[in-house]
Amino acid sequence: MNLDQLSTGTGEWLSNQGPDSDVVISSRIRLARNVAGYPFLSTTGDTERMELYRTLEEAVSDLIRDDEAFVVDVDDADEIDRQLMVERHLISRQHATGDGSRGVAIWNDERRAIMMNEEDHLRIQVLRSGLQLEHLWNDIDEFDNRLSKVLDFAYDQQLGFLTACPTNVGTGIRVSVMVHLPALKLTQELDRVIRAARDMRLAVRGMFGEGTDAAGDLYQISNQTTLGKSEAEVIEQFDQDIIPKVVDYERAARGSLTKRHLHQLDDRIFRAYGILANARTIGTEESLALLSHLRMGVHTERFNGIDFQTLSDLFLHVQPAHLQKTASRPLDGAARSIARSALLRERLS
Amino acid sequence: MNFLCQKCNKQKAAVHIMDTFPEKRERHLCEDCAEQEGVIYKKSDETTNELLQEFLSQQKTSTSKKVTVEDAVCDECGTTIRDFQAKGQLGCPHCYHSLRRVIMPLIQRAHEGADQHVGKVPVRADEQVRKQTDLLRLRRELKDAVDQENYELAARLRDEIQSLESA
Repeated sequence: MNLDQLSTGTGEWLSNQGPDSDVVISSRIRLARNVAGYPFLSTTGDTERMELYRTLEEAVSDLIRDDEAFVVDVDDADEIDRQLMVERHLISRQHATGDGSRGVAIWNDERRAIMMNEEDHLRIQVLRSGLQLEHLWNDIDEFDNRLSKVLDFAYDQQLGFLTACPTNVGTGIRVSVMVHLPALKLTQELDRVIRAARDMRLAVRGMFGEGTDAAGDLYQISNQTTLGKSEAEVIEQFDQDIIPKVVDYERAARGSLTKRHLHQLDDRIFRAYGILANARTIGTEESLALLSHLRMGVHTERFNGIDFQTLSDLFLHVQPAHLQKTASRPLDGAARSIARSALLRERLS
Repeated sequence: MNFLCQKCNKQKAAVHIMDTFPEKRERHLCEDCAEQEGVIYKKSDETTNELLQEFLSQQKTSTSKKVTVEDAVCDECGTTIRDFQAKGQLGCPHCYHSLRRVIMPLIQRAHEGADQHVGKVPVRADEQVRKQTDLLRLRRELKDAVDQENYELAARLRDEIQSLESA
């Protein structure tokens, strides 16, 4: 497997098959780990960084069974490929735009990815559709154990796993659940979610965790506290508390829209379809905003003109790097908008 | 446009929204209220730096200390508090010890007051370390169980602690 082959499909995490997937798009757990005996990456020189990368790559590669995963040298990769991996949530934006020896091991089903030489030496992530944190924890815990048999991690009895930034110290765990909240956005009740999350010291962000806008009504809820709570306690906060609450709020909002504002709701959904299926040039943000309304239409059973697979594919493939990968060449913004509209028309007709 | 936020009526409105659902209406909010409503999102990675800046400015005003925190330097990698402030990252694992005086209060503020790891212990870590961390966690869980008057759980935890201690 390689990035070219990967780019034609859609990762399992976007497949809409996991539990509560009408609201929960995907769950992710990430662990930050550093190898004992090496400084953090902010102070390593080029040679040391390269040596560290070789050590990490070797250890990770040794754990890959058969052809289940492949390693991408991010420093060597071209810009479109780097951006493509960001769009597929396989690497962070920081890893894509950074400098020096660094890479990522990607499992073919994209359920697991390991960034090497990001902010921390290792950032192990597991990703799955719907709300499945327990499965994810078992997976990442087991893999982390396998890794720690071949690498000594920087660890302190009091502070736990030592990380480059003190905000990750302790468990080094970051749990993120991506939720689709179009009805709460329309009914202006998102503040309920944000308040509930803040009360539990959880952060709410837009889709890629940066910028000021939540593209496609997709929000990411993640923990900030990594010290003084066990991994199980952090996961439980999501599984038992915040996510069931958010799912209930969104379902209730969808219910109240179909009861009280059916015409306006239908209008939203069908206008979205009208534009997506007919536009001759369209930007990423507008596409995602309209696809979001289609997704809500499908889940409220107001619209059946599109299947989940196509919808998931489109959420991913309307993005800039995916369009350029499909075209096999760099496209400027205007050309991308034209290509994007053509893709949408083709898939929605 | 120069008027007050419609929600808090205190700060200047900085975000102007045209809602079209279920009907058209304009709203004018300040940044804080807009963020609270999920209309805008401030950048995410500012927390550490904000915490650090705040902490450093507090230190400066307490004049009693002759050596300011800004002079602290890691004897292993040479990272100073200024470096940490500029990059938002420490230089090496040893910084946690050598810059402890500055880092610890920061860690506690970032982690709801916690200063003790209670999670996973690496597989190859000394058995003793694992045991101590487990014990710390169990004791804390025991305290919570007692606080919540969950005596059945408390009894179970006490047994676990005893068997671990005698192991």
